[in-house]
Amino acid sequence: MIPAEIAAAATDLASAGWLKVGTVHDIPELEGRRTTIDGHKVAVFRLLDGFAAIDAECPHKRGPLQDGLVADGCVTCPLHDRRIDLETGDVIGHEGEGVAVHEVHVVGDDLWVRLATAVV
Amino acid sequence: MNAFQDSASSGREPAPDPALQILIVGGGIAAQSAAEALRERTTDAVITMVCEEPRLPWDRVSLSHLLIDGGEAEELQLRPSTWYEDHDVTVRTGVRVEALDTAFRTATLSDGTTLTWDRCILATGSDALMPPIPGIEQEGVVAFRSPEDCEAIQAAADGGRPAAVIGGGLLGLEAARGIAARGAKVTVVHLMDRLMERQLDANAAALLAPAMEELDVEVLLSKSTTQITGARGRVTGLEFADGTSLEADLVVMAIGIKSRTDLAKAAGLEVERGIVVDDRLQTSAPGVYAVGECAQHRGMVYGIVAPIHDQTQVAADAVLDDPAARYDGSILSAKLKIMGVDLVSIGAAEGSGATVENREERSYRKLIVENGKLVGAVLMGDIKGHELLLDKVRTAHEVDDALALLAEASQASAADLPDTAQVCNCNGVCKGEIVQAIQDHDLGSTAEVVARTRAGAGCGTCKPLVKEILLDVRGGKVDENTYLCACLKQTREECASAIREGGLESVSEVAAACGTGRECGGCNPALAYLVSEVNGNRHREERHARYINDRVHGNIQKDGTFSVVPRMKGGKTTADELRRIADAADKYDIQTIKVTGGQRIDLLGVKKEDLPAIWEDLGMASGMAYAKSVRTVKTCVGSDHCRFGLDDSMGTGIELEGMLEGLYTPAKVKLGVTGCPRNCAEAYIKDIGLVAIEGGWEVYVGGAGGTEVRKGDLLCTVATKDEAISAAITFLQYYRETADYKERTYTYMENRGLEAIQAVVFDEEEGAALRERFHLAQAAAIQDPWLERRKPVVANQFSELDTDAPVYGLAPVAGDDVVAAQHAEPTMAAASDQLAITYSEPATDPTTGSTDR
Repeated sequence: MIPAEIAAAATDLASAGWLKVGTVHDIPELEGRRTTIDGHKVAVFRLLDGFAAIDAECPHKRGPLQDGLVADGCVTCPLHDRRIDLETGDVIGHEGEGVAVHEVHVVGDDLWVRLATAVV
Repeated sequence: MNAFQDSASSGREPAPDPALQILIVGGGIAAQSAAEALRERTTDAVITMVCEEPRLPWDRVSLSHLLIDGGEAEELQLRPSTWYEDHDVTVRTGVRVEALDTAFRTATLSDGTTLTWDRCILATGSDALMPPIPGIEQEGVVAFRSPEDCEAIQAAADGGRPAAVIGGGLLGLEAARGIAARGAKVTVVHLMDRLMERQLDANAAALLAPAMEELDVEVLLSKSTTQITGARGRVTGLEFADGTSLEADLVVMAIGIKSRTDLAKAAGLEVERGIVVDDRLQTSAPGVYAVGECAQHRGMVYGIVAPIHDQTQVAADAVLDDPAARYDGSILSAKLKIMGVDLVSIGAAEGSGATVENREERSYRKLIVENGKLVGAVLMGDIKGHELLLDKVRTAHEVDDALALLAEASQASAADLPDTAQVCNCNGVCKGEIVQAIQDHDLGSTAEVVARTRAGAGCGTCKPLVKEILLDVRGGKVDENTYLCACLKQTREECASAIREGGLESVSEVAAACGTGRECGGCNPALAYLVSEVNGNRHREERHARYINDRVHGNIQKDGTFSVVPRMKGGKTTADELRRIADAADKYDIQTIKVTGGQRIDLLGVKKEDLPAIWEDLGMASGMAYAKSVRTVKTCVGSDHCRFGLDDSMGTGIELEGMLEGLYTPAKVKLGVTGCPRNCAEAYIKDIGLVAIEGGWEVYVGGAGGTEVRKGDLLCTVATKDEAISAAITFLQYYRETADYKERTYTYMENRGLEAIQAVVFDEEEGAALRERFHLAQAAAIQDPWLERRKPVVANQFSELDTDAPVYGLAPVAGDDVVAAQHAEPTMAAASDQLAITYSEPATDPTTGSTDR
């Protein structure tokens, strides 16, 4: 993509509720980092084949999910090992518990996230 | 799917052959046990449980664990939530059955809905008995029945104020022990002249009282509480009939239970102390059954867990119209679940038979024989063979020689137990069921057996027996948690061979070659250690396979902050270091400064993004207090100052710690060096301990001072300090190469045996090879991971996307492979001296990392 296209895409994304949170290089492979959107803490993960974003706090004891181990499309909370599916937000083995899953979009090197609640 | 229908939709056509609709009222152990007993017998019946509590059925028997360990109620959940889906059992939590119509067979629920049923099982349980003692309504008087009670007790106990427990039975003693374990002064107040008078005879009770007092639980006997005193609505103490009094800010009532019968009474069922049931557990209303603590059978209301399972088995048969269903009552058996006090009582406690008492070992074993038949047993201090005795009481075993039977029981092994012997009283599991499950499902580890049979899933005290049965059934071929990758059942040794043969150097290479860690990823940290160990630390480091602790070199705390423990070799420090620690604590607003058991200082509450800066200010190396690695070498002052010191323990400890610094190990390794056998540095209970003796040194390995306390095994006695250090590092390297991940040295020693270890460590050739590999690994280890503050190994290693903090040191160039040079880098330590970085200024350009100047 040429810079002009990226700039144009950015304008469109911003008007559709997306926020640029960094670049793809800001997150090492199979790790996560936290970002804050409208006061909402979101953990963004770099998977082998793309990115994922979920609420940053574990529903169990508010553990920092961005610090968890990532494998098999899940993140394991560093505090008490709850496993959370990065696609559905479900806590595995704890029916009814879960976190919100947010959208991630990559334009050029830029990483854009839109809160689940921002989708109209 | 819920096949129950609202009565609003009455007038329905009966479906052909409609499935039996069974309503279980209650959500405790009895309700769960009833549901399971029914499901074992039929897949057709529609089962619905209505639980008043807002949570799925949980294990009330283990409430004292909650009190001691401070866990959460959900950790005691009897079955995972998926169980209900898998077994097609509908559970409605947080809903009460308000009324039961036994004529029309309906139930009205608190949420306004109505259910219809064909059979109803009442499992409404009991409440704590709260006698009308004046003042009982005050704040600070609680029962010990629910997680909420537990929280109230914990909060009060943690305040350190004195507490009283009224009631010296099983529950009262467990509650008191829980309060004492949390550090509060606690007194058990008992009306009778001995503890647990229903389960124990006078002799056993006389042994129990001092055992409780050793656990910091005061015992007051023959005390009748006449008044609970208070001030401004809060309890302040107790007054007794004899005119004495006791100060208490918390009063726990544990004198007994009261069956919950209101629903049954309102429905017109016959109710006395409990809901009256016949030998088929049926109440006075046909089709309505009662089990557990709400039921009264032949005049008896059981207040312990084991009879529940006997009852639900019979009730399930009866509900499904099995004419043979018949309950003859249960043998009362009780096991005190207090660490360090082994006590089992079975059936009758009073009467004649045989007694064996060993005052020195404080054990007391008694059998009670009536008309030539075994009717009871009391085992205190030594409870070996209690499963066998329970079975023999249950079957009214004929006894010719009671003493011989006692002797037989104390020798009984798992193999001697009959299949009918109950192994797990909490979940009512017999030996036969365990054996069957092991054979049918080819179970190979205790954990698998527990998961499948539920034996050992309650209070856990029967787990050793479960293991013994497993060993017996499988002829000793048991693998206990020996899989590195549990998903693919790959062992440590298999993975190590693959790494060696394939020349694999990273976690992802192993995953690609063998699939290890692909499925759940849970074993990635174990694999990361193995890859580093096999490659002598000349591997390709992948930080995503490591726990967060090893990514940022701090121990994550419950609020997501980290703890910082600088290395302080041998526990020796300087005024200058202490000054820097104090300054850092001020600057970074440290919540808590704690002197650790390993003779260092822990700074708690450091934000992730502050880690590099605080390390820089401290100017000390990482103590690696967050990793599975060599932690500390604790020392006493030794011959430098101590008038008893036989050798230089401090110097030896510092030398040893210097040699081991930075080495990762399968599980944490703590060492101690003590200058004489007085053991001030606790070397006897360390993973590796050196003890100076007259004319030489002793080396101990496999000691433990954690959940288990174990004196280390004497590995060797040598003449010089250098020989002692050499033995220690040879052992350590052998442990590094052969132990399973998370296997501490004390289990390692027990699994392998001292002699087998000595044979390798003291073999001239093998020992030398081990030492050589140790030195190679040590040379390539990162001695101070905190130097990554100046040279991070991944982007944003210590920051988040939203962290507005300065970036320390180098960020890796975009697109670079994220590779940590784990190789021997003598340059690293040396180079750090030349890196003059001002940490207050942000990096000029994080993408090129031009701070490296």
